[in-house]
Amino acid sequence: PRLCVVGSGPAGFYTAQHILKHHGGARVDIYEKLPVPFGLVRFGVAPDHPEVKNVINSFTQTARSERCSYYGNVTVGRDVTVAELRQAYHAVVLSYGAEDNRVLGIPGENLDGVYSARAFVGWYNGLPENRDLKPDLSCDTALILGHGNVALDVARILLSPLHLLRKTDITDSSLAALACSKVKRVWLVGRRGPLQVAFTIKELREMINLAGTRPVLNPADFTGLENAVKDVPRPRRRLTELMMKTALEKPGEKTAEVQAAAPREWGLKFQRSPHEVLPTTDGRRARGVRMALTRLEGLGDSAKAIPTGEMEELECGLVLSSIGYRSLPLDPAVPFDTQRGVIPNSSGRVEGVPGLYCSGWVKRGPTGVIITTMNDSFDTAQSVLEDLQAGVLDMSTSREGFGAVESILHSRGVRPVSFSDWEKIDAAEVARGKAAGKPREKIVDPQEMLQLIGH
Amino acid sequence: VNVVFVDRTGRHVPVRGRVGDNVLHLAQRHGLELEGACEASLACSTCHVYVSAPHLDRLPAPEEREDDLLDQAPLLQENSRLGCQILLTPALEGAQFVLPKVTRNFYVDGHIPKPH
Repeated sequence: PRLCVVGSGPAGFYTAQHILKHHGGARVDIYEKLPVPFGLVRFGVAPDHPEVKNVINSFTQTARSERCSYYGNVTVGRDVTVAELRQAYHAVVLSYGAEDNRVLGIPGENLDGVYSARAFVGWYNGLPENRDLKPDLSCDTALILGHGNVALDVARILLSPLHLLRKTDITDSSLAALACSKVKRVWLVGRRGPLQVAFTIKELREMINLAGTRPVLNPADFTGLENAVKDVPRPRRRLTELMMKTALEKPGEKTAEVQAAAPREWGLKFQRSPHEVLPTTDGRRARGVRMALTRLEGLGDSAKAIPTGEMEELECGLVLSSIGYRSLPLDPAVPFDTQRGVIPNSSGRVEGVPGLYCSGWVKRGPTGVIITTMNDSFDTAQSVLEDLQAGVLDMSTSREGFGAVESILHSRGVRPVSFSDWEKIDAAEVARGKAAGKPREKIVDPQEMLQLIGH
Repeated sequence: VNVVFVDRTGRHVPVRGRVGDNVLHLAQRHGLELEGACEASLACSTCHVYVSAPHLDRLPAPEEREDDLLDQAPLLQENSRLGCQILLTPALEGAQFVLPKVTRNFYVDGHIPKPH
């Protein structure tokens, strides 16, 4: 059987891996719109979290294996359609993730100084489409809207001492911009309360311990929570206890000294919903955010934030909205639930389209870390394997796989990037980073990548 | 040290390891599907295993970093540990390491994040 996967991030690679491992005759081709592979492992994981990127080694082995091929620089839905892929392969798996972000939908959202966290992360991670973001870091206070791990990543990159960032694979131009940054206070603002935060304990602990910074948590937000945490599952309990400890316990003398001397600070604000981004007098830039104070109705994860009518203004010059990524429809031939932002499916089988599958964020929604996506991809791969086994897929004709796609791409003037091409780009990035003591210096211009490999 | 791995299908795989062997690598060497995405650097929870009752207490207590990551592991149980943090000792003779079955559930309490 010849199968293809659209998207070369963790979802794509884990799905491919699982199929290849459990079916000795399958051949899997992985398509990627950028020249370079690995999706959010390369462009999403923070530069100061290199161990999380070790999974690239496993993906590299898969890409190099005999029954797997990588084709970069191919935009499915434009260079080749899903219908054409379905003709060329016995099964197609869509694992193209979430390239967009949810919007706030409030006045002032388009003022200068307001960015999506997604774009900011793309900027410091060298995602080509965000390389010209030029975020304005000349103010002293930044507001991050959202209480997830991405919000913490952004806060940490904004406030990290430069000497820590300098040795990472953060792009040189972002490093230069951060070196000139005046931002010294970051508030992470969420609509609901401490029991609803979406970030996880490892990342919170890292932020609390961030050198040169002082955590500012309002004790009033945490008094009375001791009873509420008694019966919640362990992960939520430990996370809440850490916040409570940071907010309520007096730090030891040494810690107190260090914190008092810290030049930068960050804090959590709860039960505040952004109502409007307020402009400067010339009407062009953000100068603050008007917030609606909320109360909570219901408990735990399904608690809802209801505006109380009271408002508050928070001054800031930089607003980063970190309220979630969002998938986009790829191709008219693929059903898409615009409400939920996912491809309608059942265990990864796309509804109403036999032979079409999906895995990762485009299947379940844009939340979760690599392990979540890994398990989800194995789930989809299982569905594919079951269908192969049960004769659900039309195996009556052999399919040409890339043979058929190649001529389509050629006729459209598209030249795919092979995995060994990527390895040349990889080697160049590593060599460029070496001089600066960085693991790599990412190339952010796709044209430069293509030139490097002689395309 | 003789231990037994139990894979997702329930198959028991007896393995003979040496004192000091890392359980994640041992499992991988014997073809068990235990992922080590971050390559034993305490940055993921893909090597999550359940440890048999008497042997659980013979392991050194997890450091906070391991506990933080276990919190993210699907189907967390009282006897959950990260395989990459377990080194074989003679006290682990006969230990069983069961691989979690995760396929459809990603949260220990069955919770699915709801938009609000």
